[in-house]
Amino acid sequence: MKYIDEYRNGRLARDIARQIALTADPARSYHFMEFCGGHTHVISRYGLEDLLPDNVRMVHGPGCPVCVLPIGRIGAAIALAMRPEITLCTYGDLMRVRDKNGWSLLKAKAAGADIRMVYSTLDALKIAEAEPQREVVFFAIGFETTTPPTALVLKTAIAKGLGNFSIFCNHVLTPAAIHSILESPDVSKPGTIKIDGFIGPAHVSAVIGTKPYEFFAEKFRKPVVVAGFEPLDVIQAVLMLVRQINDGRHVVENQYIRAVTRLGNVKAQAEVANFFELRESFEWRGLGELPLSGLRLRPRYAAYDAENRFSMVTVTAEDNPACECGSILRGVQKPADCKLFGRVCTPDTPMGSCMVSSEGACAAHWTYGRFRTKARQPDAGRAVA
Amino acid sequence: MCLAIPVEVREVLPDDMARVTLDGVSKIISTALINDVRPGDYVILHVGYALTKINPEEAERTLALIQEAAMGNAT
Ligand code: SF4
Ligand code: SF4
Repeated sequence: MKYIDEYRNGRLARDIARQIALTADPARSYHFMEFCGGHTHVISRYGLEDLLPDNVRMVHGPGCPVCVLPIGRIGAAIALAMRPEITLCTYGDLMRVRDKNGWSLLKAKAAGADIRMVYSTLDALKIAEAEPQREVVFFAIGFETTTPPTALVLKTAIAKGLGNFSIFCNHVLTPAAIHSILESPDVSKPGTIKIDGFIGPAHVSAVIGTKPYEFFAEKFRKPVVVAGFEPLDVIQAVLMLVRQINDGRHVVENQYIRAVTRLGNVKAQAEVANFFELRESFEWRGLGELPLSGLRLRPRYAAYDAENRFSMVTVTAEDNPACECGSILRGVQKPADCKLFGRVCTPDTPMGSCMVSSEGACAAHWTYGRFRTKARQPDAGRAVA
Repeated sequence: MCLAIPVEVREVLPDDMARVTLDGVSKIISTALINDVRPGDYVILHVGYALTKINPEEAERTLALIQEAAMGNAT
């Protein structure tokens, strides 16, 4: 397929990997966090880590909205869906995440809740139009890529005067998460986890541009390379990061020029700004409460805000203590470090969110990486100071 | 969750919609987030919406840079 196959050439990938090995200084180590779950998936799927020299390692980041959604919000959505008048619509990825009682939307659906999986916000709108006697709530999650579609569906619902449609908003912002990782004691204290640079999000950047990352590159002196989601994109980005480190530079570079510009999709940003405002603080699974990291509907759209309309309450809930999702999302541990991995926790029986979404670090490792683990040193992301 | 794919626009439809094909499969998507969509354009499709257009010149340039990088020339 055009714009896909040409970025999957294995020979070229190996050639670039060889250049990385020649370019990387054998006297130092390089640890790069791929923020996005999409990158985690590609790295596992194509075995890119195995191509890299031992002193260049990838650290998985928190970049999947399913993984970072706190279980209290899942619990709140389940409670809402159990109300007889409500139809809850959501993206399929969310269906299997468990709340603190081991319930998931899938289980709630089996128990009789009206929960419908949709591919697009427009499908949720169609349901609201077709069933005016139901209260249709769209359970919205996602980073900056899924927020514009939520904004547009709201715009359409308002234009159509749909009184039975609302949004449970869980949209979050990637720059806030990167900021929190860089300021977390795990990373900022020397001798703990080491991150020398970031592979920046692909499609998030198509929307917000590369500009929001300039601040980090400057303030934390860490290079950021925004990269596409094909294997050659990722491996080229690693080479670009190694070069920046060698040169002592720390700027934002754009590998994904075919889809990303510095300013991003201004039209989409304007739609988002029309309908959403920052929350003072939002809880992220594994990262805790992060200031100015989430969005809610502006007060003038309160009638379309499920949290307001149905007086929803979210309680903060603790994760299963044995689940290491939190430290995996911060890059402190790897999936195989979790005692539950592959024993009680598999994609069919996910205990934590990293095993639910196919872009979660645990699911990616389970599907593509677990047979290789034994062969290599499990050192990535660990103390190397 | 944010995985999105390049698809080709086949037909521009009313109300900011378009018909696209992906590996021969035809789909109707929203193009309300982007401007000036034409048949033959490639767009990045995510949850039913085109997020951005693919710039064909920059795509060529990326492939050239990847080739150079593979040969060991500084990019
Ligand atoms: S293996 Fe399962 S329980 Fe362990 S960290 Fe991953 S998702 Fe959590
Ligand atoms: S682009 Fe967004 S949703 Fe997709 S993997 Fe990256 S962060 Fe996650």
